[in-house]
Amino acid sequence: MDINTLRALATPIAFVAFIGICFWAYSKGRKKDFDEAANLPFADDDMHDGAQRNESVEKDK
Amino acid sequence: MSTAFDHPTYNYRVVRAFTIMTVVWGVVGMAIGVLIASQLVWPDLLANIPYLHFGRLRPLHTNAVIFGFGGSALFATSYYVVQRTTQARLFSDVLSGFTFWGWQAIIVAAAITLPLGYTQTKEYAELEWPIDILITLVWVAYAINFFGTIAKRKMKHIYVANWFYGAFIITVAVLHIGNSAVVPVGAWKSYSVYSGAADAMVQWWYGHNAVGFFLTAGFLGMMYYFVPKQADRPVFSYRLSIVHFWALISLYIWAGPHHLHYTALPNWTQSLGMVMSLILLAPSWGGMINGVMTLSGAWHKLRHDPILRFLVVSLSFYGMSTFEGPMMSIKTVNALSHYTDWTVGHVHAGALGWVAMVSIGAVYHLLPVMYGQKAGAMYSTRLINVHFWLATIGTVLYIASMWVNGIMQGLMWRAFNDDGSLTYTFVESVDASYPGWFVRVLGGSIFLLGMLLMSYNAYMTVRSAKGQEAQAFDADTQTA
Repeated sequence: MDINTLRALATPIAFVAFIGICFWAYSKGRKKDFDEAANLPFADDDMHDGAQRNESVEKDK
Repeated sequence: MSTAFDHPTYNYRVVRAFTIMTVVWGVVGMAIGVLIASQLVWPDLLANIPYLHFGRLRPLHTNAVIFGFGGSALFATSYYVVQRTTQARLFSDVLSGFTFWGWQAIIVAAAITLPLGYTQTKEYAELEWPIDILITLVWVAYAINFFGTIAKRKMKHIYVANWFYGAFIITVAVLHIGNSAVVPVGAWKSYSVYSGAADAMVQWWYGHNAVGFFLTAGFLGMMYYFVPKQADRPVFSYRLSIVHFWALISLYIWAGPHHLHYTALPNWTQSLGMVMSLILLAPSWGGMINGVMTLSGAWHKLRHDPILRFLVVSLSFYGMSTFEGPMMSIKTVNALSHYTDWTVGHVHAGALGWVAMVSIGAVYHLLPVMYGQKAGAMYSTRLINVHFWLATIGTVLYIASMWVNGIMQGLMWRAFNDDGSLTYTFVESVDASYPGWFVRVLGGSIFLLGMLLMSYNAYMTVRSAKGQEAQAFDADTQTA
């Protein structure tokens, strides 16, 4: 294949990939997984943080 | 450093070190910024010392704020976020330590070589080839450490912030190696392997993506963790964040040619750069809206939480400068704005308003965690609030004065008399710029004052945390 054909094809390929990503991201089946992922910053919710560590120090007393 | 605050699982030691250095380089870099802004108002200032000449200090300012301040903030937050969202310790303690000391050595080397006049003369890539090699080594170590941590994650998903950090790490590696390809002719002298217009194109492919990946994608990673965390609610739309990610990283890489409008660069390349820059508005605003809307239903939190205010106002400045950028990339607008202070103002709307403010918010959130306190529990919340207003006023003064100056310079340079001669000499436009340059010194000083308050606040937070830790230790040993 001529290199210029490949260059020209790159644009529609990128466009199709973008549409594909949009459909994939907004498909119903992904919702549960994405909700899970969105909550990752809260998954280890400060369980090791100082606030709670200090409490446990007080309990030890 | 004390081991009292070491974490049972995570490597907080390296995060702590980078967080402290974020504040230190922030103060140093911005102080140099105020100095060089003053040199433009008072040209005699330190003019007879060659090492402290504007031309040598200016790259030192940009290196110190972008790589010293911004870079340390990115290392600190990426190491923090990747551990907390994968619930795994950093891949290697040795590599973590190497990235910290290596990165600090690079900034110190910049502070020594740039005033001595050693430079590759490529904007944001001034450092000579021996330092470039060290940057490459540190960056490869960083990539192994970051992706190694993701590989051993305990969670199924990879949180979106890590995608942004990951793209930033990979792309900066490619950009740095591509643009720094040189032929050394001495220990501190080299020539680029590219020449002419191709050299300029490679430089701005690097330069604009330093903005797009170092100063945007990395800090968007920061935004996607710290905004939800500080607002205590998940991001507005995780789906939008995925579209945001892929659209942003696939578009930014094409926008570089807008730095070379009306130059020897082929005209079609300039037009392509312009169109790609215009399209870039969509993902930029998508991300901005996603961040801001995370607060929907919780706007009242802004009233009491100056850290959240830093984060949200940073997004407003991000939205503003990512609108201004595409507009300035339009060739006819660029004909007016290019080479004027408008460009400098645009960069600082992004650098002070977006990059610095989101980093400051993130540091205020995580510094107390590093010392065993609750997130955001700094020594003084009132001082954070004062800092917020100083930073906002400083940024607004800076960018407003540069708008006025830039448009004035652009108009003066293109004014013609009826006979075709220029209406103004260049030096007349310089003379007319003095009031704006003075306001810039004022704005920059106000911003710097805020950073000094931050250093004091950080110092007191560390000191009181260490005091508490000592007390708790005493209490433990007494009961035992």
